[in-house]
Amino acid sequence: MPLPPLPDAAITLGVRASDWRDAVRLAGEALCRSGATRAEYTERMVQLVEDFGAYIVIAPGLALAHARPGPDVREAGISVVTLSEPVIFGHPHNDPVGVIIGLAVATPDAHVTTVAELANVFNDPRTIPALAAASDANEVRRIFALDSDTVEEGEPAR
Amino acid sequence: MKVVAICGAGVGTSAILKVNAERVLDRLDIDADVTASDVASLAISAADAQVILTSPELVDKIGPTNADVVVIENYFDLDELEVKLEAALG
Repeated sequence: MPLPPLPDAAITLGVRASDWRDAVRLAGEALCRSGATRAEYTERMVQLVEDFGAYIVIAPGLALAHARPGPDVREAGISVVTLSEPVIFGHPHNDPVGVIIGLAVATPDAHVTTVAELANVFNDPRTIPALAAASDANEVRRIFALDSDTVEEGEPAR
Repeated sequence: MKVVAICGAGVGTSAILKVNAERVLDRLDIDADVTASDVASLAISAADAQVILTSPELVDKIGPTNADVVVIENYFDLDELEVKLEAALG
């Protein structure tokens, strides 16, 4: 399975977040709006960070907000949130965070290919700054190569 | 050779680490089995692992282990992964 689609409802650009919880909730709300999850999933994403710390900040400026599969996941989905002012998550190296990717997977096994696709996108070091600077949803879909006009085959060069 | 990538949920960040570790091991021509796991089941999943890959935030959650704990800062920096994996496995 390739990346799930990124409808406009799953993309929130240039908004303010008061803190990391707010930022994770924005990513959760976008997943909800797009139909991928129910509200409970958003709170589980916050809880994961409460329990284990800011490890979801996996690269400079980027958080991958997610939780385990559960009944509050309707279908696999991703969301993209960019902040007008990056916030501190408490990660020793990768703060502050300006781009949050929300990820929901329906089953533990189904996520592997989705995540491999995400790795393909983000292994290109230009991706995070490009997302942070994106001004509309079409631009975001182009960065993820989810734009129907420019479907790229295979892995980015690296 | 067994490598375990861990995160809080066992899906998501550990899976990204797994995918990229496999790419790097391939590049290094090292034959290894890479699995993704969560902290809670680490005792079982990493019982026979040589290397545990994780985030700086999770190091304290890892109990006593014989495996080398390799801390990755940027999960998308294949060069960082390569240097650290080569040092741990070389």
